[in-house]
Amino acid sequence: MLKDITLGQYYPVDSVVHRLDPRVKLFGTLMYVICLFVADHVAGFALMTVVLATVIFLSKVPFSYMVRGLKAIVLLLVIAGAFNLFLTPGEAAFTLWKISVSWAGIKSALLMVFRMTYLIIGTSIMTLTTTPNQLTDGLEKSLRLLNYIHVPVHEIAMMMSIALRFIPILIEETDKIMKAQMARGADFEKKGLVNKAKAMVPLLVPLFVSAFRRANDLALAMEARCYHGGEGRTKMKPLHYRRIDAVAYVAILFVFAASIAVAILY
Amino acid sequence: MGIIEAKDLVHEYYRRDEEGNVESIETAVDHVNLSVQPGQFISILGHNGSGKSTLAKHINALLLPTEGTLLVDGKDTSVEANELSIRKNAGMVFQNPDNQIIASVVEEDVGFGPENIGVPTEEIWTRVEKALKSVGMWEYRTHSPNRLSGGQKQRVAIAGVMAMEPKCIILDEPTAMLDPDGRKEVIKTAHELNRTKGVTIILITHYMEEVVDSDYVYVMEKGSVVMKGTPREIFSQVDALKQYRLDVPQVTLLADELRKAGMDIPAGILTREELLEALCH
Amino acid sequence: MSLILDHVSYTYSVGSGYEVKALNDVNLKIEDGEFIGIIGHTGSGKSTLVQHLNGLIQATSGTIYYNGADIYDKDYDRKELRTQVGMVFQYPEHQLFETTVFEDVKYGPKNQGLDDKQATLRAFEALQKVKFPEENYDASPFELSGGQKRRAAIAGVIAMKPAVLILDEPTAGLDPKGRDEILGLIREMHDKSGITIILVSHSMEDVANYVDRIIVMEKGAPLFDGAPREVFANYKKLEEIGLAAPQVTYLMHDLYDQGYPVDPQATTVEEAKQEILRVFGNR
Repeated sequence: MLKDITLGQYYPVDSVVHRLDPRVKLFGTLMYVICLFVADHVAGFALMTVVLATVIFLSKVPFSYMVRGLKAIVLLLVIAGAFNLFLTPGEAAFTLWKISVSWAGIKSALLMVFRMTYLIIGTSIMTLTTTPNQLTDGLEKSLRLLNYIHVPVHEIAMMMSIALRFIPILIEETDKIMKAQMARGADFEKKGLVNKAKAMVPLLVPLFVSAFRRANDLALAMEARCYHGGEGRTKMKPLHYRRIDAVAYVAILFVFAASIAVAILY
Repeated sequence: MGIIEAKDLVHEYYRRDEEGNVESIETAVDHVNLSVQPGQFISILGHNGSGKSTLAKHINALLLPTEGTLLVDGKDTSVEANELSIRKNAGMVFQNPDNQIIASVVEEDVGFGPENIGVPTEEIWTRVEKALKSVGMWEYRTHSPNRLSGGQKQRVAIAGVMAMEPKCIILDEPTAMLDPDGRKEVIKTAHELNRTKGVTIILITHYMEEVVDSDYVYVMEKGSVVMKGTPREIFSQVDALKQYRLDVPQVTLLADELRKAGMDIPAGILTREELLEALCH
Repeated sequence: MSLILDHVSYTYSVGSGYEVKALNDVNLKIEDGEFIGIIGHTGSGKSTLVQHLNGLIQATSGTIYYNGADIYDKDYDRKELRTQVGMVFQYPEHQLFETTVFEDVKYGPKNQGLDDKQATLRAFEALQKVKFPEENYDASPFELSGGQKRRAAIAGVIAMKPAVLILDEPTAGLDPKGRDEILGLIREMHDKSGITIILVSHSMEDVANYVDRIIVMEKGAPLFDGAPREVFANYKKLEEIGLAAPQVTYLMHDLYDQGYPVDPQATTVEEAKQEILRVFGNR
């Protein structure tokens, strides 16, 4: 069940999207997020759907694999949707018991669910098609300017890449600890928030202890391999723009312009 | 002069209370003398807490001596300016295979060390290829380390060290978390690198059967070297080994028992072929 | 009183395209009070097999009977089963979480619904059984040595008083001294309280000295099942699947093949010594 979380895990196939420069993908994702929040009309939705579908098709990552990652946030979606649905004032569309639901509420709930779903799928395409190391390199280079105001860009990027590498290991570990505690009679399906929280202690404490132990080991191993920050480091896979990256930039800007146009027109 | 020269090496751990006052001092390494020649395959035996891992971390300058000196390739580890070149020359492989692989793709992990020491991009690629081929993991270069077996992960870790072109590799209990297949794989790889590339190997372990083919063996107990010699010299002292709670291989144990029962069998039997020979001569 | 596996199969990730058949039509009977070693290399299905025995994994097909009752029955209390069939996982010290060792050991009994007094008694008894040093009962489990942590973790499972105790690689990562101590402890528990023990391991030599019955797992099914000497008689086949018989077995077979009338089925150093002295003694 925990193994179903696909968020952030690289999916190794060879596709156009995989081959793009990570900087392009970062920029594209940023633009995509902005477009999502600009879109507030069916036409905008339609445009984003076409864009998303095209990118998914080009990435060769199975759609079912992406959707599996959504399962974890279904509850979040439902709650966020419900809040918008019931708490938005306006002309009542219909009334359930004593709570009335407004047209504005329906609209904002739909918008909310649509945006969140597209946001998760869209951003996960980036991590699905980019190895953590490429992502790190991309971030590091894109944010190079921040170095001048003493933001430790390299260190932040390195931390991110290591975190991504350890996600599957920690998921597996959680699964193991859960089973071990179940064998000692733990019940993770207890009712009630307090009980649920209490039941998590035997899971979370060992997990944190283990994460710290791993962090300690890893720091030592990195030091032993001469890691001493970003200074004087060379790159095994330096980033170079190619033709296809230029094409992608143009495509991204085109989509961006189109979505602004759609927002103004409708 | 040897590639590793330890002279009266002492390491003390200070345990401090909440105010930072020293509560107790534990001597983990106690006046150890060690001399390793280039190209040798050395093993250090001892059970947990014998100080063998603390000693190993000194060779890579991860720990510094409290007393005494340690020279790696002629350089004093306690001089800070030597740190990077010592770590480059004396690579280290650790026990837990998961906790020393940094990248999510095998080849990127092997490239991590060369990147850190500023090797130009093109040379990184040739080094990565050479290193992965030397441990037989070339065909896994684009795999995720998470899908590899324990033994394969350790071989990737060894390749990561090899890519820095070290003169010596310290393997700190590299097999403790592996199954028998993985253990064989790793020990075989270490011997191959020693034989074909002339890399000096220091193997730290608590499994006696892994040290049989070493050139020289040190046994540690409570921070001191208590036995040293060729494997045969060490294995002929079965009673002493038992006293240090080491795991004497069955054949050696059996040969010793038979000898004590009055049979004419030489001391220090290492393999079953030797025992068979001694019985049937 | 027994555990019976009836045509049990288990497939990972059904329907995902890369299905893995971890268990393939396993039939087994485990009697009360047995001391069993389950051996196999990584991926042979041995860990999956034992996780079926206490219901942590449910078989894709086939069923399991514990004391005559079908554990997959709708009304069967599987939480109760988990306390009857205790399970010590690999590196069990990774599950410790309480502030003191004593509190941690009490966790299992408390989950069984025992009151604080009874749980305290159980914890005390369990810690005594694993010979955990009394002065450390109130220590934090994170400050102990490796061997002591493992004892505390094992105590956490036996405090639930299971009738069957499964240990998955209980000696992994320990040095020879720690390994001998833990295995000795397990044997003592078996001999004194008659509890059924199932020991999962990949080391033949570890297991040969302790267990009465060995089950060799290969490709998701038992390949050999019998007393250690019977199983080791197949040493050539064992080697083919990447498992070595104890060194002594090889030596005795070599001697036998060269025409010496020794019993090739000796599996321990002591047995081998007696045999060799019997045959070669007059030299």
